[in-house]
Amino acid sequence: MSNIHVTTTINGDETEYVCRPDESLLDVLRDRLGMSGTKEGCGTGDCGACSVTLDGRLVCSCLVMGAEVDGHKVETIEGMADGEDLHPLQQKFLEHAALQCGICTPGFLVAAQSLLERNLDPTETEVRYWLAGNLCRCTGYDKIVRAVLDTAKDMRKVAKKSSAKKTAKKGARHAA
Amino acid sequence: MPLDAKTSNDKKAFKSVGTSPIRPDGIDKVTGRARFGADMSAPGMLVGRILRSPHAHAKIKSIDTSKAEALPGVKAVITSADLPKYKDADEDILINIMARDRALYDGHTVAAVAAIDAAVAKKALKLIKVDYEIMPHVTDVDLAMLPNAPLVHPGRYDGMAENEHLALALQEQGKAKSKRKSTNIVSRYDFGHGDVKKGFKQADVIVEHEFTTEATHQGYIEPHACLANVSSDGSGELWVCTQGHFMVRDVCAALLGMDVSSLRVTPSEIGGGFGGKTTVFIEPVALALSRKAGRPVKVVMSREEVFRATGPTASSSIKVRLGAKKDGRFVAAEAVLKYQGGAFPGSPVEMGAMTAFACYDLANVKIVGYDVVTNRPKQAAYRAPGAPMSAFAVEGCVGELAEKLGMDPIELRKKNAAVEGTKSSYGPTFGPIGLVETLDAAKKHKNYKAKLGKNQGRGVASGFWFNFGGNTCVNINLNVDGTLALAVGTPDIGGSRASMCLMAAEELGIPYDDVRAIVADTSSLGYNDVTDGSRVTFASGLATINAARDCAAKLCKRAAQIWDIPADAVKWENGAAHPAGANAGDFPPLSIKELAGQAHSTGGPIAGHYEVNADGAGPSFATHVVDVEVDPETGATKVLRYLVVQDAGKAVHRAYVEGQFQGGAVQGIGWVLNEEYIYGEDGRLQNAGFLDYRIPVCSDVPMIDTVIVEVPNPGHPYGVRGVGETSIVPPLAAVANAVSAAIGVRATTLPMSPPRILEALKSKSA
Amino acid sequence: MPEQRLLTVKLGGSLVSRAGGRTEFKLEGRNIMEMLRHLGRDCPELEPMLGNAVSVAVDGQIYRDALLHPLNPDNEIILLPRMAGG
Repeated sequence: MSNIHVTTTINGDETEYVCRPDESLLDVLRDRLGMSGTKEGCGTGDCGACSVTLDGRLVCSCLVMGAEVDGHKVETIEGMADGEDLHPLQQKFLEHAALQCGICTPGFLVAAQSLLERNLDPTETEVRYWLAGNLCRCTGYDKIVRAVLDTAKDMRKVAKKSSAKKTAKKGARHAA
Repeated sequence: MPLDAKTSNDKKAFKSVGTSPIRPDGIDKVTGRARFGADMSAPGMLVGRILRSPHAHAKIKSIDTSKAEALPGVKAVITSADLPKYKDADEDILINIMARDRALYDGHTVAAVAAIDAAVAKKALKLIKVDYEIMPHVTDVDLAMLPNAPLVHPGRYDGMAENEHLALALQEQGKAKSKRKSTNIVSRYDFGHGDVKKGFKQADVIVEHEFTTEATHQGYIEPHACLANVSSDGSGELWVCTQGHFMVRDVCAALLGMDVSSLRVTPSEIGGGFGGKTTVFIEPVALALSRKAGRPVKVVMSREEVFRATGPTASSSIKVRLGAKKDGRFVAAEAVLKYQGGAFPGSPVEMGAMTAFACYDLANVKIVGYDVVTNRPKQAAYRAPGAPMSAFAVEGCVGELAEKLGMDPIELRKKNAAVEGTKSSYGPTFGPIGLVETLDAAKKHKNYKAKLGKNQGRGVASGFWFNFGGNTCVNINLNVDGTLALAVGTPDIGGSRASMCLMAAEELGIPYDDVRAIVADTSSLGYNDVTDGSRVTFASGLATINAARDCAAKLCKRAAQIWDIPADAVKWENGAAHPAGANAGDFPPLSIKELAGQAHSTGGPIAGHYEVNADGAGPSFATHVVDVEVDPETGATKVLRYLVVQDAGKAVHRAYVEGQFQGGAVQGIGWVLNEEYIYGEDGRLQNAGFLDYRIPVCSDVPMIDTVIVEVPNPGHPYGVRGVGETSIVPPLAAVANAVSAAIGVRATTLPMSPPRILEALKSKSA
Repeated sequence: MPEQRLLTVKLGGSLVSRAGGRTEFKLEGRNIMEMLRHLGRDCPELEPMLGNAVSVAVDGQIYRDALLHPLNPDNEIILLPRMAGG
């Protein structure tokens, strides 16, 4: 079996690698690129620990072939914080003690971010169903759901402020 | 106050303890930087893979590894021939990690390979030829106890005692005597006091049921993983996700014939354990492969391997009889418990037997437990091992008694509740305990007053767990800037670093952020028992507090030297040394930062230590209240509300204490409603994956409400009790009682999956 | 000279059937180690269990490896199987 050459974008960086045709994106990330933040809990798409986004769509990286992502964009947990600044979800997970052992946390964060990109005002039920593909055995999900709802609330406030600012700016420009 | 003075728990005002700061390892865990078992690699590393028996019970006539060994890229193949043979307590572990003459369960390790990559290793496994002779098997606990059952270990349990067990077990079931000399019954446990026969004669109401529970898996999301590296001089290093790296070191060294000092084990971050990572599986295999190949070997289990070959908990069959007077006072209680723990002795039946009636003050109580072997994987500890099953049975009967007597279930429990001074059902007399306090708090909670609709039911259950202490060793090193490096030896499975930092900060009167805790490897710290028995916050906490006191005493001594006054004229307060007493003199206090800054020039580094085999872990009781709705069309149960009330003694990090309550409750919900090991006629596990072994997901459960009760444990300087395990004891019974109330039929078989509930509804209408 | 008072030691769990149904022993011993030594002498059937297979509850407190813990005749002493948690 000959290896396949792949060019892709991971967390905004153009990345090249070779992989076997039967190698999953998860194995490529972890074993070839040293990006071990994405976790393997089952290898069969049942636990969500390996969640990443592929062109903005939430996927289990264990169910995606490494060769499939050629020419596409992959986002992983390693790309979530902006340098030293944590993403609001990461900060809220810490404040709410939404992790115990932490193995499922990267997957939950990636999945929750994907939810908030689509819906910044989810109900508790919407959060619970969106995250139903991610297994956590420690927390009973209570604090995870609270952290996501609290993040959404804060992000709505920020969004409101910035849109208010924009409107104010627009108004000012019009006035001038 | 002198440093060694006993603090009064209930009056102590805490500054750090009882808050919920962000854990020190938090940022690593939300950014993907934290390194778990499978996240480590080494130069020249090989991939290890394991060949497992597809048969429940088979003689291994021969194993031919020659073709696998000849495959290019294969660097080592091992079988039981590569591991030493000896007879002692470790032999069961040795046989469990690598089968010898017989495969004892589906998934039993038969051979292992190390190759240059996963593809080659996989190919090599297919080239190993094992000649099996299939033998009769048994996987059910009741069937395994029958006189004609296939024997898991022919000839091993054929002593007088075992035959007596079999005879008694048959007699209890009203069955005829057997001439069989050998059995699958390994041990019999007896507990109790008083005269149950007399007691039942006084009873106005008697409730009696037989219950069964299926085996469930701990279900940690991180599969077992390790990286072994044995050098040609025989010394080795192991990176591993485990609840106890000192245990791993000692057991692996013994199994492989190494000196303990030549094996250094470093614990990775651990992705859940719940008891399942308190023993070894792949670790000795990885070390043996590395030794043979002369290169580092990484072994990571697949999820299927985790289900087939690591310890689930026991399945059980339990009979309970409970008698009470009209006023609700219990007069007699009796239980027979049968637990199968897989192919080796050690099911947690004795703890199931001891905890069964521990919530109650009983004059007449008798409990018998049988430990039974079957052709299933060796059970491993699972959160309060043995207790959830017996609580399910006993609390089910208590619930039914409340219905029959027309009493409030909390009042009935309160009327019979164990209190300080009660002689427990397993023997010892209780010290200060908080069961009544949990019952009172549960009754007051708004959930207990919520109105129930059609097809809805409420369930109540209480639970007990002993909690343990154990061997513990802690170091505190004072850094030059006055911050502290705290080294503990108990892997942090749920935020315990934060609790340790809180206790050290509390004791030394410094900010929480000035203490950083690590989990030290086996060569950097003295021996620590496994993270189990809800012991970490209690025992590592107690050792941390005492190490901090040791550190404070040395800081006082240093200040005394600087001031040139006697050491006992200095006291430690609010993060600084102060002159104390009449003739101490008048010196401005020396802060920890000032003392640390000049430590190197005033006598050298300052460090605190504490080593102890901690006793005095106070037991923890809990009461759970749950409301469910059962859909009569589908048989599906929805949990509407859930309340956990538990005695924490003193909650050190409140959010993580709540987290233990919530996590235990939801694991219990999975156990009672969904989870089960399903074996086919062929003795093979049919649902070895998260798709078919369904643990609760986010949309299955509501918010889990919590109330922390604090009845201080006199055995801990701050009153701490362990909280990790008790939370899984009541949920099976609480949910079952709620389901029973909703459908009007007593649920006695777990899991209460939709088909079982439909069946129960059908039998009710018929 | 007053007669030496003995410890009252009760058995629980699998120890009962191993000891042929006996549930109580009167034994000498100043600490757990001495008490276990006397128990092993009194009841050789129990001997193999007394290494690290037992816990000892003294006045309600369970001790797993505290051989040097002192005992006196007023203590409530109960031998239990050795326990472990998850």
